[in-house]
Amino acid sequence: MEPLIRVENLVKIYRTGRVEVRALQGVSFSVFPGEFIAIMGPSGSGKTTLMNILGCLDTPTAGRYLLDGVEVSSLRENQLAEIRNRKIGFVFQNFHLLPRFTAFQNVELPLLYAGVPRSLRVRRVRELLERVGLGDRMHHRPNELSGGQMQRVAIARALVNDPALILADEPTGNLDTLSGEEIMAIFQELNEEGRTIILVTHERDIAQHARRVVHFRDGKILKNEDVIDRISAKRLLGELKKERVVQEEEP
Amino acid sequence: MNLSESFRTALFNLLANKLRSFLTMLGVIIGVASVVAMVGLGQGMRAQIVSQLTSLGSNILTVVPGKVRQGPGSFFMARGGGDILQYEYFRELRETPFPGIQAVTTETMARFTVTAGRESVVVSVVGTTPEFLEVRNFTLLYGRSCNGYDFTYSRRVAVLGHTVAQDLFGNPEVSVGQSIRIGRNIFTVIGVLEPKTAGGQDLGNQVFVPLTTHRRYLTGSRYLQNIIVQVDTRENIPLVSTWLSDFFTRKVGDPEKFSILNQQDILETVESVTGSITLFLAVIAGISLLVGGIGIMNIMLVSVAERTREIGLRKAIGAKPRDILLQFLLESSLLSLVGGGIGVVFGVFAGKSMASFSQFPFVVSPQVVALALSVSLAVGLFFGMYPARRASRLDPIAALRYE
Repeated sequence: MEPLIRVENLVKIYRTGRVEVRALQGVSFSVFPGEFIAIMGPSGSGKTTLMNILGCLDTPTAGRYLLDGVEVSSLRENQLAEIRNRKIGFVFQNFHLLPRFTAFQNVELPLLYAGVPRSLRVRRVRELLERVGLGDRMHHRPNELSGGQMQRVAIARALVNDPALILADEPTGNLDTLSGEEIMAIFQELNEEGRTIILVTHERDIAQHARRVVHFRDGKILKNEDVIDRISAKRLLGELKKERVVQEEEP
Repeated sequence: MNLSESFRTALFNLLANKLRSFLTMLGVIIGVASVVAMVGLGQGMRAQIVSQLTSLGSNILTVVPGKVRQGPGSFFMARGGGDILQYEYFRELRETPFPGIQAVTTETMARFTVTAGRESVVVSVVGTTPEFLEVRNFTLLYGRSCNGYDFTYSRRVAVLGHTVAQDLFGNPEVSVGQSIRIGRNIFTVIGVLEPKTAGGQDLGNQVFVPLTTHRRYLTGSRYLQNIIVQVDTRENIPLVSTWLSDFFTRKVGDPEKFSILNQQDILETVESVTGSITLFLAVIAGISLLVGGIGIMNIMLVSVAERTREIGLRKAIGAKPRDILLQFLLESSLLSLVGGGIGVVFGVFAGKSMASFSQFPFVVSPQVVALALSVSLAVGLFFGMYPARRASRLDPIAALRYE
C-alpha cells in the first residue's frame, strides 16, 4: 500500500535575529491510510513545527514531504491553500471558530473556498453537524456553545471537504476530562470508518487513544511504537458517566 | 470563493460594526456631498451667465459711451460715458456698407408710465429699429413688428413685451390694435412678443417703439445709449470691431470715450472665471475626499489587526491570498461606494438648498454624479489596497497564534 504521508529527512531551521533554532533535524516517517497516530513530546520538541509542515502551513528548510503522492515542499502558496482546503482538516486546541458566525456558517467556510454550490453546502453542513451531535445547535454562535460543543463544530468543519487527513493539535487541551473524552470518542469513531488522523499531544492518556505513538525530542524522533493497551473512549465515557451518577446520588 | 459570497461576507462584516462603518463612511459622504454641491453650484452659475449673454443674440458688437474695462473676476467697470453717440453717427453707420456687418440697431431706453384704460405700469420704453427682432432673438407672438414705414415716418406704434401686454390688458392677444398712453402720447399696439427671460431677468417687461418716434415724442435727445452691430459670422468679428473702432475714433475724436463690447470676449471670460471657480471648489472637495479615504485606510488597518486570527483561520482552511485580498478590498470599496451614494444624495440636497438662497440655479449633471461615484470607488480601492495586501500576506501560523 502507498503511504498517505512520506516524510524524508525533514529539516526546519528558524532564524530569529542571530539565533538559529533547529526545530526539526532530519525527521523521517510514513503514515498509511487509515492510521491513527499520536505525536508526543514536550514543548519545544518540534512537534508543532512538524504539524505545521504536515498541514502545509509551513515549508521545510530541507527534506521531502509527499502527501498523497504529491511533493508538497515545491508547491506555491495558492497550491498549498488548495491542499489545505481539500486534503487536510484542522482541529485546533482553541477551536478557532469565527465568533460572529453561527455553527453552520463556521462549518460552511471551507466549502465556500472550495466553490461548492449553495444547495450542496447546506446538505453537507447539516449532515456533519448532525454527525457530531449538534443538529439542534446549528444556528448558535460560538459564545452560546460549550467548549466540547465548539470543538465538535471544529471537527465538523475539518471533515466538511472530506479530507484525506485530519490534523489535530492538542484538541483536548482546553477541555475538561469528560468533554475531551467525547472528542476522542469522535476521533476513534472516525478512524474506525477509515479516516487517517494525526494527533499532537503532550498528554500520555490522550496519546493512548491512538494506534501508534511517535515520540519527539529535540527535533528528532525518539521512539515510534504501536500502542499496546489502547484506551477506548467509548468505554471510558461509560465509566465516567457511571461515576458521575454515583457521585450525584451519594449525598 | 466566488464574488457573490465574498460580497455577502463583506456586507456581513460591515453590518456587524454599523456605527464604525457609518463613521468611516462619513468622510466620503462629506467629501462627495461637497463635490456634488460645489460643482453643481458652479455649473449653475456658469449656465445662468452664459444663457443671459447668448439670449441677447449672437455675433454682436455693442458700442457704448465711456471706457469699459475688465476688472478683477468677471466684473466690468465703466468710466466716463454720457452723451457721446450721436444719432447722426448711427445713421451714417446704417448707410455705410461694410463687409461683415449684417445689421445696425440700437436700444435706447427710458422709463415711462404706460397706461391702457385703468391699468398702468412703469416700464422701459426702448427706441429701436425694425431689425431688433432678429438681432436680439425676439419672436413675435401676435400682430406685426414695426417696419421701415413706421420708422421713417415716426409713427406712434408700439410692440409690447409679453409681460407688459399681460399687465395692461390681461390677455396679450386682445392688445393688438388697442391704444396705450406712453408719457403724454397715444400709441397704437401693433404686436406682442413671445415671453422671454435671460437668466432670471424678464425681457418681456419692455415696450418697443421706432427710434425716430422715441426721439421725437418721448425723449427729444440727440444721443443714443448704444449702437448694436450684428456681424454675419464669428470670423468677421475682429475685422468689424477694428473698423468700428476707427469709425468712432474719427467721429468722437478720442478712443478713450467709447468702448466696443464683444459678446464673445465676455462669454469667454465668464467661462474661464467660472471654470476656475468650479475647479477650485472641486479641489477643495477632492481634498476632503482624500481625508475620507485616509479614514477608510485607517479603519481597514484596524480591522485587519482585529481579525488577524480570523485571517489565519481562513488561510488554514484554504483561503488563497487573493480571496483575503478580495474580501478586504470589497469591504473598503463598499464602504466608500455606499458613502459616495449617500454623499450624492446629501450633495444634491445641500446644493439645492444653498441655491435657493442665491439667484443661481443648481445643476445636477449626470457626469458629475458618475464622476463622484467612480472617484469614491477609486478612493475605496486605492486606500483599501494597502490594508488588504497586508491581510493577504499574513503568515497563517503567526496569524493563528496572534493574541
